Amino acid sequence: MFKIVEKEALNLNVSRMKLYAPYIAAKSLPGQFVILRVDKNGERIPLTVFDYDKTNGTIDIIYQKVGMTTLKLDKKNKGDVIEDVVGPLGKPTNIKGFKKVMIISGGVGSAIACPVAKAFKESGADVEFISGFRNKDLIILQDKMKKITSKCIIVTDDGSNGKKGLVTNILSDKLKKNSSYDLIFAVGPIPMMNAVCNITKNYNIKAVVSMTSIMIDGTGMCGGCRLSVGGKVKFACIDGPDFDGHTVDFEEAAVRNTAFKDEEKLSKEKYCNLFKGV
Amino acid sequence: MINKSKFKEPIQLLGKEERRTGFKEVEFTLTDENAVKESLRCLNCKSSPCAKGCPVGIDIPKFIKCVSQGLISEAYDVICKSNFLPSICGRVCSQEKQCEARCVKGKIGDPVAIGRLEKYVADKMIYCFQKREVKTLKESKKIAVIGSGPSGLTCAGELGHKGYKVDVFEALHTPGGVLAYGIPAFRLPRSVLESEIKGLKEIGVRIFTNMVIGKTLSIDDLFNKGYNAVYIATGAGLPKFMELPGEGLAGVCSANEFLTRINLMKAYDPKFDTPIKFPKKVVVVGGGNVAIDAARSAVRLGAEKVSVIYRRGESDMPARKEEIFHAREEGVEFVFFKTPIEFFGENGILKGVKCACMKQEGKDNLGRSIVIPISEEKIYLEADMAIISVGNKVNRLLCESETDLSFDKNNRIIADKITTRTSRKYVYAGGDAVTGAATVILAMEAGKRAANQIDKDLSSNA
Repeated sequence: MFKIVEKEALNLNVSRMKLYAPYIAAKSLPGQFVILRVDKNGERIPLTVFDYDKTNGTIDIIYQKVGMTTLKLDKKNKGDVIEDVVGPLGKPTNIKGFKKVMIISGGVGSAIACPVAKAFKESGADVEFISGFRNKDLIILQDKMKKITSKCIIVTDDGSNGKKGLVTNILSDKLKKNSSYDLIFAVGPIPMMNAVCNITKNYNIKAVVSMTSIMIDGTGMCGGCRLSVGGKVKFACIDGPDFDGHTVDFEEAAVRNTAFKDEEKLSKEKYCNLFKGV
Repeated sequence: MINKSKFKEPIQLLGKEERRTGFKEVEFTLTDENAVKESLRCLNCKSSPCAKGCPVGIDIPKFIKCVSQGLISEAYDVICKSNFLPSICGRVCSQEKQCEARCVKGKIGDPVAIGRLEKYVADKMIYCFQKREVKTLKESKKIAVIGSGPSGLTCAGELGHKGYKVDVFEALHTPGGVLAYGIPAFRLPRSVLESEIKGLKEIGVRIFTNMVIGKTLSIDDLFNKGYNAVYIATGAGLPKFMELPGEGLAGVCSANEFLTRINLMKAYDPKFDTPIKFPKKVVVVGGGNVAIDAARSAVRLGAEKVSVIYRRGESDMPARKEEIFHAREEGVEFVFFKTPIEFFGENGILKGVKCACMKQEGKDNLGRSIVIPISEEKIYLEADMAIISVGNKVNRLLCESETDLSFDKNNRIIADKITTRTSRKYVYAGGDAVTGAATVILAMEAGKRAANQIDKDLSSNA
């Protein structure tokens, strides 16, 4: 059982929870994730470790209310417990040996991008950050990102935050002026990561993407999270979640991620109906 | 008083209709009357060929004699001397390849139903587990067991009975390893597994779930926490894929994934949240027990057509004969001498499997058929789900995190077969993590061996 020690809404759809999980906190590194099961009948879902506090034994997770499990999770409040949390899983992001890094995040992917950007910064790299959201109401972690680096651009698809644009357009403009980056780290929706990698390929800049796949155990046992990377089968849970973006088959990954979309939609509707009129 | 019948005593099976709609155990436990009758078929051979066929050397004639005299508790003690979890082995061992294969009775009819008798004894005794004597605690020496599958549970039980404080670390949220996520309830009811685990807890064994050793804690951490020895029984849980075109399509999954959704997550039950596809036409690739388990589970999800395709012939199938028989009864179709070469889809979703036809070309040194494709000849099977069940490898997770230990190139832990010692002092390993995917009984045997060695090594160093 894992106790919720803090809960904060970051916007209407996204929240942060601080959980007491001392073993996981002690071992967590940027880029890793946990698998969580809300209650005894729950499903296991992967969630990024956004932050960790080794002294107080806590980890922070950020979730978007998209399906039944995240809605169920959101019903829990400070002082409540979560049935199972296991981790830290996956390989931490490789931070070492980069001088100039561009971090690109889309939407809730910023929850992964933040600790990774911070780690690059702390390792002495020059870090730039481009983050994109659909509109200003969906922006999360703005202050955090700006605190990590002053070279932070936040754009919205509709321009409602005063800066209209797509992360890929900003990236292209920047690279046209100066393409001397060691690494582009991208995390967000699959089409966005794919588009970023199509750009970096032209400039021959190393691109690393963080892949979120459907997982059950998160330790290499089910193979549900498998991806085609450089023509080989790789498991996001134990070989990733970070992969060389120039070798990932994004098209396949996108379809695989929607494999249960009908079932998920149904269970979400069913779950929401339960609370109608409550 | 010997029962001269050439045939095994009848056993009650769950009705076919009930099998198609639920996960209840298919084969019942022998009745008292039939168990005694069956035990009287045993000739009590002096040379005990059956015991020689048992990987852990259970004194089979002796326990069967006890059954014939109605001495169930005594029979249980005889089995437990060699096998810690008879309720499980009686159900999942391939008796027809082991003990029963050597039974003299088998030469002119059915062998004695050793597996069913083992299950009978265990089921009668399952709630009397604590009857085994627990020795006094040995100076509070602590052992960490990594993994709660058959090998880990056996080791934990043996050490617990020797008086050690034993803590088991399990990566999943439920203990049991492959017994929990892999083997379906229609072969191993969860109540059996739960009562065996309850028995372990009653002798003081603690089980910590959600602990991935190598990630949550390292082996160094375990020693720093005061454990005197560590037994690694992490199994071989990494599913193999075939690296064929279209294998990444939605609808193609490993047997591990399919079975985990059903067995561990109970996805078929609307009360549980994990999603699962209820497929109409299923192709299962493989010929082992896991393939049969997957096929029979697909039947229970309501699939209209379930085909198991295997590249060799029926006699080469590694699966238990009994399960193949039950699968056929449940309507599973077997397609032999075929192997998939491509998975077809539309918009990323599986529509069918293209297979090459194979022919036999002699036998390999293990006596299995060598098969080669017949050029040009192909068949096409329509499918909305393809389940890959071509074996499991050892997970690289531990190999990558525990660099002090020696591993071979297949990520298997290098450990002595007799002592189970690894390259690191007071770290022992056994079961599938050492041998690669093998059987439940061999994993249990390694667990027992490790327990004895740990006891010996820690006692000599007291």
